[in-house]
Amino acid sequence: MSARILLSTTHRVLTQVRHDKRTVALVLGIPLLLLTLVYYLYQSEAGAFDQLGLIMLGLFPFALMFILTSVAMLRERTSGTLERLLTTPLAKPDLLFGYGLAFGLVAAVQAGFASGLAYWVFGLHTAGNAGLVILIAVADAILGMALGLFFSAFASSEFQAVQFMPAVVVPQIFLCGLFAPREMMAGWMQALSKAMPLTYAVQGLQEVGRHADPTGLMWRDLAIVLGSAILALSLAAATLRRRTD
Amino acid sequence: MDVAIEVADLVVDRGRKTVLHGISATVPTGAVTGLLGPSGSGKTTLMRAIVGVQKVRSGRVTVLGRPAGAPSLRHEIGYVTQAPSVYADLTVRENARYFASLYRGVTRADADRAIDAVGLSDAADQMVNSLSGGQHSRASLACALVGKPTLLVLDEPTVGLDPVLREELWGMFRDLAATGTTLIVSSHVMDEAGRCDRLILLREGRIVADDTVPAVRAAAGTDDLDEAFLRLIRAMSPAEVS
Repeated sequence: MSARILLSTTHRVLTQVRHDKRTVALVLGIPLLLLTLVYYLYQSEAGAFDQLGLIMLGLFPFALMFILTSVAMLRERTSGTLERLLTTPLAKPDLLFGYGLAFGLVAAVQAGFASGLAYWVFGLHTAGNAGLVILIAVADAILGMALGLFFSAFASSEFQAVQFMPAVVVPQIFLCGLFAPREMMAGWMQALSKAMPLTYAVQGLQEVGRHADPTGLMWRDLAIVLGSAILALSLAAATLRRRTD
Repeated sequence: MDVAIEVADLVVDRGRKTVLHGISATVPTGAVTGLLGPSGSGKTTLMRAIVGVQKVRSGRVTVLGRPAGAPSLRHEIGYVTQAPSVYADLTVRENARYFASLYRGVTRADADRAIDAVGLSDAADQMVNSLSGGQHSRASLACALVGKPTLLVLDEPTVGLDPVLREELWGMFRDLAATGTTLIVSSHVMDEAGRCDRLILLREGRIVADDTVPAVRAAAGTDDLDEAFLRLIRAMSPAEVS
């Protein structure tokens, strides 16, 4: 591994994003639009936005980064740039962590915009610090990105890559406690929910919502999210083969 | 002859098909070796085996004294695939600079020099997806030159280029060889064969000829390399040719 190659890979990925103005606008704008919808949808229910809006701040970066990275990595594979990179001194972690850092930064900006709207315009109230919300949102983004890098290995076209979004992301959103409290789910669903990393991200956000100071449970949840991301990145590294058929 | 690459009894399967049937060949240092043969003859597979990205069934490929794919070789090899493999959503310069950053001691100025060498200076700040086909493949070539490789493996680098540019690129290949770089250039056009020092003629995963250009001409008894290829194939397997 080389810090120089990792950072130049991050720079390269960010330059690609920067050239694509429409993607930048979508990445930053869509969460604002969806937050606005949710705000007005639950305007009449007191305290509903404090719960739902908060959870959504963690879901956007997860879902968006999953799609962005799975398509970006698929492009690396299909355009031949991945094979080419693997004939250079670049090490696999340079590429994966280079992507991770680049999209992590994009996610931080996105989370900053979305949180700004939620707190300042829609009056989101959390007992804990907004900085912790952004921290968990960025961890979510890194998780989404790591899963996206891993699952892109199983797609051979953009059509397939996009299908992994409903397959991998949506079940986690269903079972994370957003639609129904986890305690109300059937036993097997609770077990599934416990096996899904997004559940811990949502729980961590709820902890920030309820408690003024960061709780032990919140730190544990954050560690689980980041641990899952590292696991997914290691699996993704195993799917990058220098020698192929 | 100082040997840069030695291929011994190389067998490669792709899917269920055997694409290289136990071929052996040597490539000399500081020369341009042409890899010629029709589409589907195994040229790309052989190049992939040399740069170490191809799974092989058996046989040995030794590159610059090390087994193909050895990590230390990655600092010394430049590989240009047939389909241009550069980032379409970056400019030519951004691509060249990124690839330059992967090699130790290679600077941004080297990246600009590589762009200049392929004649893309005027388009350096253009996005790759706005380039013509020929410019696109030259951008890809620039990204391989950037690391100042001692071995350049070029898969059909001149496809779709106008004759003037082709002439310029071949001039550059000759210059690189003159300064000690080893080049392997694949092509399916025979008129490029005459510009090489040595030729490896492939057909259906077997070697038809592996010799210097004059020797290939002499063996076939004709100066026309197209005709020479045909005669050598006929001499090799009379049953296969109707």
